[in-house]
Amino acid sequence: MAATDTDPGGRGQTPPPSASDRSAARRRRLRNIAGTLLSLALTLLGLLLVTFIIGRVMPIDPVLKVVGDRASQAQYDAAYQAMGLDRPLAVQFLGYIRDILSGDLGRSISTGQLVVNDIKRVFPATLELATLGTFIGVSIGVPLGVIAAAKRGGLVDQVARVVALVGYSMPIFWLGLMGLLVFYGILGWVGGPGRQGIIYDGMVPTVTGLILVDSLIAGDWGAFRDAFSHIILPASLLGYFSLAYISRMTRSFMLEQLSAEYVTTARVKGLSERAVIWRHAFRNISIPLVTVIALSFGSLLEGSVLTEIIFSWPGLGQYITKSLLAGDMNAVLGGTIVVGTCFIALNLLSDLLYRVLDPRSK
Amino acid sequence: MKHLLTPRALLLASAIALAPAAFAETPADTLVVANDINDIISLDPAQTFEFSGNDVNRNTYDRLVDFDPLDMAAGFKPALAESWQVAEDGMSITFTMREGVTFHSGNPVRAEDAAWSLQRAVILNKTPAFILTQFGFTPENAGEKITFDGNTLTLSLDKPYAQSFVLNCLTAMVASVVDKELVMANAEGEDMGNTWLNTNEAGSGAFTLTSWRANEAVQLAAYEGYWQGAAAMKRVIIRNVAESSAQRLLLEQGDIDAARNLTPTDADALREVEGVKVEDQPQGRILYLGLSQKDELLSNPAVIQAIKHLVDYDGITGSFLKGMFKTRQSFLPEGYLGALDENPWTYDIAKAKQLLTDAGIEGGTINTSVRDLREYVDVAQTLQASFAEAGLTLNIEQMTGAQSLDAYRARQVPIYIGEWGPDYSDPNTNAATFAYNPDNSDEAMATGLLAWRNSYAVPEAMNEATVAATLEQDGDKRAQMYLDIQKQYQAEAPLIPLFQRIANTGLQENVQNWNIGGAVTSVMYHQVTKGE
Repeated sequence: MAATDTDPGGRGQTPPPSASDRSAARRRRLRNIAGTLLSLALTLLGLLLVTFIIGRVMPIDPVLKVVGDRASQAQYDAAYQAMGLDRPLAVQFLGYIRDILSGDLGRSISTGQLVVNDIKRVFPATLELATLGTFIGVSIGVPLGVIAAAKRGGLVDQVARVVALVGYSMPIFWLGLMGLLVFYGILGWVGGPGRQGIIYDGMVPTVTGLILVDSLIAGDWGAFRDAFSHIILPASLLGYFSLAYISRMTRSFMLEQLSAEYVTTARVKGLSERAVIWRHAFRNISIPLVTVIALSFGSLLEGSVLTEIIFSWPGLGQYITKSLLAGDMNAVLGGTIVVGTCFIALNLLSDLLYRVLDPRSK
Repeated sequence: MKHLLTPRALLLASAIALAPAAFAETPADTLVVANDINDIISLDPAQTFEFSGNDVNRNTYDRLVDFDPLDMAAGFKPALAESWQVAEDGMSITFTMREGVTFHSGNPVRAEDAAWSLQRAVILNKTPAFILTQFGFTPENAGEKITFDGNTLTLSLDKPYAQSFVLNCLTAMVASVVDKELVMANAEGEDMGNTWLNTNEAGSGAFTLTSWRANEAVQLAAYEGYWQGAAAMKRVIIRNVAESSAQRLLLEQGDIDAARNLTPTDADALREVEGVKVEDQPQGRILYLGLSQKDELLSNPAVIQAIKHLVDYDGITGSFLKGMFKTRQSFLPEGYLGALDENPWTYDIAKAKQLLTDAGIEGGTINTSVRDLREYVDVAQTLQASFAEAGLTLNIEQMTGAQSLDAYRARQVPIYIGEWGPDYSDPNTNAATFAYNPDNSDEAMATGLLAWRNSYAVPEAMNEATVAATLEQDGDKRAQMYLDIQKQYQAEAPLIPLFQRIANTGLQENVQNWNIGGAVTSVMYHQVTKGE
């Protein structure tokens, strides 16, 4: 008569939770949330500290960016003091943390504008591009990986391998220029560099900063088509690199599942191959796949600098890189906060999706 | 919902979205320019000192005197000042303001605005302030030395400077006239509106600033009430396109009217394209070698002379710098008063070797750094090869622009390869940095002077001649003084001017009167028209 509440099979009668159990569970949840928030804050703080130190020790003088090459020593000294660089590093860092806690990310020396305003402008551009790129990467990469695994050694598998190989080895700079030349220059299928054509530039009221979304909100179909024609090529390019990674990972996950005993059992039971692959094996790879997709999305959010340069896309990657080269640490740190937060948010989202996709984690 | 997202529906939606958008040519009254505008950090004329920022301010502000874009050779002409009078002793200039001119805000342009604008630039003392403070203005005395009375403005100078020197400096962007009332209404604390003007404008120029999105675009709109008549181009859009190949594609597709950062390869390719033209205009920037006089080997006069013959001028301008630079061996760019158009040095390794041998130099090693710009690295590598032939070893370390500049200002670069662009349209702009260094000690910290950065103790006579040329009222005599200084400079100075930069602008065939300001100022859009 040992049917207890510790029965892992759950077949026994589980008594209803008592009030003290419920409150313990609530406390546990609160502790979990507090723990997550604390680790989030510590991660961001660590990230900022490392970036701050790198920014201060690298041999680039931010004062020169402000005062210019011609400045006299007196002007240089005045700017040096005005920027607070004469204070000890620890004081500078603590001052910076105090400012960001009050919502002040400072002013960028490369653009002369508030970093918050810069980020409001550049982040949506990157988010829009990375999201569409990831969408393309996932919608093609996942089925390609699954089919390549299911038909191992077949034509699709070979094609997937070549696609991935090219994706891994081709310089994005070259591919971007070739893409522009062919699809914009020769065929005229897509718009050129920039987020919008001249006619639509500044015509759509900014609501989200995502031009595709804003043009839909404004009901301006022409602006939407124009923005889509500009984003599709860089997004496809990013999507291609993303799919190269995602398809290989999907294939590898699937191969592992397809060799598992439960798949053989399902086949023996007479399930169709389609049901075996998509209803059973694919469901089991969805968990690691979520991590892969999240990582890929995260890397597109901060790592698409070259694509942004080629396509004159005023995004976050380009913003951080240029700021770093100018020693513009307010801008770099502001961008770091955004990228760091995105990565943390993606990790949290992956965790949440685990719970949805994997009943065991509940 | 499930039924709506069938593969067929998705395919159809993609086909509609991917259908080629209607790529019309740029509108007839709009000028679209592709340019690398990443350098803009401020649009306040008292602070702006970057090329792209000056390009904007050139068109949104007016100055007391200015250039006529259709007649650059004429030099400065009356602008907001209708006329001026130099005092007999040369110690002051009084300007009479043009009547009836209004700022974009609708406020009248008054002598008070002009005086306050100049005082403001001096008091804020940002980087370009030296263009004005060299006449003896200081933050403390600006109120007394720059005065207005009714419709006139008077500048009281500390020396009887050449009229051309003063007026040339007043064509610089730092001398732009700003709308005092509008700016002060937006001032924060003691900043005299600097924060606000960094991202806004308060001028009376041919264009108003519609928007500036950093690293993205600048939009200008024609000012209908402009005193010289409204510009033909109702809008000017400058889009940030850093890549030359992308600019070329945009131009070929008709999506832009002007491409301003073309590599020689792209410029050459565009010359063959129907409906497109390429205009080459010399710019003011001089590429030079700076030989640090702290280096024992490089301070030997024979080595300085030998190095002048170790540069393959024709080979370089005929290959990797083709179309980008032309040989220029004097520190004043073509187009400046008193510019010396003589290039006395030729690539002659045997002569260089002979010079070294005569001086008893058997060889030597120089370790230097170079900025990681392709053209500078290429120049450094050709030097490395020719130095080797002459028995000298040149080791090169690549650095970022900021690193390289830091080291240079700290007098730590043995051979500096870089460019210098004039700050204003008077010959003193280059003479005062190449050929003037009154105190060569480390303590002087004259980081703004190229001569000081290279530890070049400019001979006293040359220092004096440079100063004297700023005081010479006779234009011809003044020009001759600069010619003499440059000749002496060519003979002995360790700063070796090599090339003058050329701007290759790709234009649609119908774009007329394009003017980037030559060697003396910034781009001007007021006169630009677009034909059929």
